[in-house]
Amino acid sequence: MILPGVIASSGGVASSYESIATYTIGSGGSSSITFSSMGTGFTHLQIRSIQRTTAATTVATGQMIFNADGGSNYRFHLLYGTGATATAYASPQTTYMGVSNAPGTTYNASMFCAVVVDILDAFNTNKYKTVKTLNGYDVNASGGELDLMSGVWMNTNAISSITLTPSTGNWAQYSSFALYGVKA
Amino acid sequence: MAAGATYTPIASFTVSTAQASYTFSSISGIYTDLVLIASVQLSASGQSFLYQYNGDNNTNYSLTILKGNGTSATSDRRSSINYQLAAGWDAGLPSSGSSYATAIININNYSNTTTYKTSICRGSNAAGGDVTSTVCLWRNTVAINSITCYSGASANLAAGTTLALYGITAA
Repeated sequence: MILPGVIASSGGVASSYESIATYTIGSGGSSSITFSSMGTGFTHLQIRSIQRTTAATTVATGQMIFNADGGSNYRFHLLYGTGATATAYASPQTTYMGVSNAPGTTYNASMFCAVVVDILDAFNTNKYKTVKTLNGYDVNASGGELDLMSGVWMNTNAISSITLTPSTGNWAQYSSFALYGVKA
Repeated sequence: MAAGATYTPIASFTVSTAQASYTFSSISGIYTDLVLIASVQLSASGQSFLYQYNGDNNTNYSLTILKGNGTSATSDRRSSINYQLAAGWDAGLPSSGSSYATAIININNYSNTTTYKTSICRGSNAAGGDVTSTVCLWRNTVAINSITCYSGASANLAAGTTLALYGITAA
């Protein structure tokens, strides 16, 4: 596992966790971002992000695909808390995996979600790729949520690119996406 | 091309004698994200592990929590409060013996001056009796330069509590 705590307690931290690339969204917004280089020598990947969308909604789902595969080769599960209820959701086989829920323009422009996505054994060619996410946003009122998500890409290819797209609207200014590699 | 190693230890502290709080101060803005990893026992039962930024004790915080206590999974919310919660909700943290709760707090983009600060945290309090995931909001756009860890009510951080702060730098 590539939980930060595990990394931190394993020693040799500085040499096992490296920054690969970062996108910060400018004033014009962006319909999607793509990490097209995965670096070399890594076993796991981690995406750390803050997100907001330009959609005139309360929330939009961050949709992730690998290797530009837009086919129905993904599933994801979600356990989430809204501040009132805890609920589980399972997607059908679909064209993306949900990895975040980001606030839209309904809420104060300074409110962003925080996201940490772990992509385990990202380059193993014997396994489907499994992802886990911790995501949340709070709006100091009804409307926020905390999400535990798990996704699978039913493909054994090594991951060579990662694309993140909001389900509606664009990524808003100041949203940022940072990709890190973890060595085994 | 990777930009180089990161995940840098900034500071750590082990409580030797029970004390009310500990503050990571003068946090540099050179990193992109902060991760605070805590192993915590408190001096009194029924209390939670909390944190604040920049000495702000006003009601500028809020949180949404997803939690399980062994019987049910539920969610709750607090708005306009003066704390953020990292561990312990339905059940208080351990207050004796060798049991400690743990918390991993991710504070993404902590030093930007354009967004409110959102943190996400996993709290593991099996000995106390619950597991939590929490999102906390600080309604302030200033950079975070200090983090104070403490507990509510009259509980202190007990001896053996460890607090470690790391910085992650994006390319």
